Amino acid sequence: MSVRLTIVSAMQQVAQEQGFKTPELTDDLLLHQSGFDSLGFAVLVARLEDELGIDPFSTADDAFFPETLGDFIGAYENVPA
Amino acid sequence: MSPREIVALSHYLTKGSDSRTLSDATCEVAFADIAHTSCLGVEPSELAGRSVLLSLSTQLVTGIAMIELDGVARRMLLCPPDVDMSYAADLIADAEIDAIVTDTPERWQGLGIDTIVAAGLPLHPAAAAATTHATSWLMLTSGTTGRPKIVAHTLAALTGAIVGDTVAKDAPPTWATFYDIRRYGGLQIFLRAVLGGGAMVLSAPGEAIGHHLARLATRGVTHISGTPSHWRKALMNPAIGSFRPDYVRLSGEIADQAVLDGLRNAFPHASIGHAYASTEAGVGFAVNDGREGFPAALIGNAPGITMKVVDGSLRIKSTRAAHTYVGRGAPSLTDADGFVDTGDMVELRNDRYYFVGRRDGVINVGGLKVHPEEVEAVINQHPSVRMSRVRARRSPITGSLVVAEAVLASVADAGRTGAIREAILANCRASLPLHKVPAAIRFVQQLEVTASGKLARHA
Repeated sequence: MSVRLTIVSAMQQVAQEQGFKTPELTDDLLLHQSGFDSLGFAVLVARLEDELGIDPFSTADDAFFPETLGDFIGAYENVPA
Repeated sequence: MSPREIVALSHYLTKGSDSRTLSDATCEVAFADIAHTSCLGVEPSELAGRSVLLSLSTQLVTGIAMIELDGVARRMLLCPPDVDMSYAADLIADAEIDAIVTDTPERWQGLGIDTIVAAGLPLHPAAAAATTHATSWLMLTSGTTGRPKIVAHTLAALTGAIVGDTVAKDAPPTWATFYDIRRYGGLQIFLRAVLGGGAMVLSAPGEAIGHHLARLATRGVTHISGTPSHWRKALMNPAIGSFRPDYVRLSGEIADQAVLDGLRNAFPHASIGHAYASTEAGVGFAVNDGREGFPAALIGNAPGITMKVVDGSLRIKSTRAAHTYVGRGAPSLTDADGFVDTGDMVELRNDRYYFVGRRDGVINVGGLKVHPEEVEAVINQHPSVRMSRVRARRSPITGSLVVAEAVLASVADAGRTGAIREAILANCRASLPLHKVPAAIRFVQQLEVTASGKLARHA
C-alpha cells in the first residue's frame, strides 16, 4: 500500500473509532477542518509510526506541524524510511 | 511497657493442635518444636536487645527466626530476598543494625557489623530466650525505585486486625499466601497462622504456579491471600481446578470486578473478599460483598480506623498504622492530625468509592489525567482477557498516549485477537472518555509481576 493510501485509510479508521466523519480527504484540505483534534492526530501519528515505521514529527529538529493534508502526507513521503 | 506485659510470638507456639506445621516446597517444621529448638548459630539470648537484620534465602527459616527473636531483639529488620545491596549500608545505619542473621554472610561482610550469625535447618535443641523486649518490627516499603523506606511497626499494631478475627476451634485453618512473608501482606497471614492456631504453607521463589497450586491443594490449604496479579496468574493455570479454599482474600492492588468475578467462578462456595492494606497504613478495611470498590459509609465509620478523602486520595488514621519511618532525614509518616496519605486515588460514584489508581502513576494525555488502573479495569471486563497493563506512549502531539497490553485467558482465543481487540475498544469507548481509550492494544503471552506481587509497571 502506498504511503498516501495508508495515511488516508488510517485517518478514516481513527475518525470512525472516535465517532466523527471526515470531509473529502484532498490535498488542499486544511487539517483544522478535517475533524481531527489533537488527540485524534496523536492517535493517527502513533498508528502511522506502527505501520510505516516513521514519525516525522518526533524526528524533526524543529517543531512543526503541517497546515494541509498534502503537507501532512508529504512529511511522511519525504522521510527516508 | 514492662517485660511481663509483653506477649511475644513464641507464646503462641504451643497453642492449638500439636500437629500444626510451617512448610515450604521442601521442608516442614512443627510449630511446637520451635519452642525448644533453634535455627540460629548462637544462643538466641545472645541477640537480646540487639537490632537484628534478617537476610535469609528461605521464608521458612525467616519465619522461624522471627518467632525466636520477637520479644528478644530490640529491633528486627525483615529484608526481602531482592533487597538492593547498594542500599545495605544505608539500611544498617538507618535502622541502627548491630547484628545480622543470614545464610549468605559473604553479602554482608565489610559493612562494619561484627555480629554475623548463621541460620538454617535442621533445627537444633536450644533454650528459648526470655521475653525482655517489645520488639520493633521494621519492614521495607515496596516502592519500585530508589532507596527503600523503613517502616516501624509494633507486634500489637501488626496483629491489630487479627484479634477478634475468630477462627473455628474444631477446624483450625491451613493458611497460605502468594506473598513473601517478609512483606506486609504476607506477614499478616504468617501472624494469623501463628496467633490463630493454624498451619501455614509458604510460597517458594521460582516455583511454577502449577506446582504451587498443586502443593496448596495437597496440603489442604483453606485460607489464602494474594494480590489481584497473583490471582490472575493462578486463574490462568489449569491446576486451579483441584484447589478448593474456603477463604480467599485479595490485597495490595486494586481488585477489579473482573478478578472478583473470576474467583467467584473458580471458587463458588468460598468466602471471597478484598482488603485494603499497606505497609505504612496497616490493615485498613475488608470488603466482602463481592463488588469492587467500597461502600462510602466506611469513610469515618470503619472499626478502629478513621478515613477521609482529601484531593482525591485516601487518608487513613489507624491504630494499625506503622508508627514511624526510621532513619535520618526520614519524612514524617503521618500529617499533623495523624493521617497517612496512602497515595491511592478514589472516586465516588453512587455511594461507593472506587480505586482509580496511584497518584504517582498518572499518564498525562494533552493535559488530561489517566490512571492506568481505571483503563485496565475496563479491558479486564472482556471475558477473553485475564490481565492487562496500560502504559504511556510518547506522542509528539499530546505528550503521551495510552496504550495497552493484554493477556488472553485462554490460548483457544489466539486466532480471534482482531475481534477481541475491537470488542475491548468498543467497551472502552462506551465507558471511558476518548483520551483514556488505548490508541493500541497488543496481545502478549504474559505480563511481569514484581517480587511484591504487583504488576510491573516500569519494566
